[in-house]
Amino acid sequence: MELILFFILGGMALTAALCVVLQRNPVYSALFLIHAFLCIAGLYLLLGAEFMAVIQIILYAGAVMMLFLYVIMLMNIGGEGPEYAAGERMRRVINIGGVLAMISVIGLGISTTLFYGGPQLGPKGSYGPRIAENIGNTKAIAHLLFTDYILPFEITSILLLAAMVGVVYLARRIRAH
Amino acid sequence: MIPMSYYLILGALLFGVGVTGVLVRRNAIVIFMSIELMLNAVNLTFITFSRYLENIHGQIYVFFIMTLAAAEVAVGLAIVIMIFRNRGTTNMDDINLLKW
Repeated sequence: MELILFFILGGMALTAALCVVLQRNPVYSALFLIHAFLCIAGLYLLLGAEFMAVIQIILYAGAVMMLFLYVIMLMNIGGEGPEYAAGERMRRVINIGGVLAMISVIGLGISTTLFYGGPQLGPKGSYGPRIAENIGNTKAIAHLLFTDYILPFEITSILLLAAMVGVVYLARRIRAH
Repeated sequence: MIPMSYYLILGALLFGVGVTGVLVRRNAIVIFMSIELMLNAVNLTFITFSRYLENIHGQIYVFFIMTLAAAEVAVGLAIVIMIFRNRGTTNMDDINLLKW
């Protein structure tokens, strides 16, 4: 069952990643990238890293991609390349086929999840019983983050502050002299 | 239990797709998205090793990488907006001011 889920999620992630590169319209690229991120979050769940899956959805699929979409729509850039007109009919057929395949794969993924009992933890899985209590656990990550990794954590906050100041400086409106 | 190599191969493929995007595409924003894709492929590899080596430190690294990626995207997109304001394009072939 885990293997089936892996192939569905991995295949969807790979297909969406290819679509990110191959789509001409940046908005479509961004939407496919969100799809890829969600699939990767599913793979994290499969690997037993629940906290990372949630962070992936909140941070990447939520914040980062929203930023991307905002910027794309702000700049109102169209597709690139002159091949827009050529093969319009063929492209439409391919698009519809792709969407249908994607929908069927998503349906398959949902139905598989319903029958899947979660990642194998505990004595039967690859984790030992002692590790299984901790790993993938928000509490364990928080504990490690605030003890062993406290210095990198604080440096990260400085990094975020620097990024914020830099972005405010870059994005300021330049007044005409 | 899935063999670890499956996840690693998937991560490598995703990374390869990201590299291809950076090399092939001309739109600065799509190039950024490809970079995000590469970061995610690396994250997947980190979490795979974290799982199979039964060690949670890999997930901490993923946490830091995600923070870094968020900061990088904010700064990068601000730069792209500045370029767009000054030059009116995001096409990487047209942004050649350093090539005097």
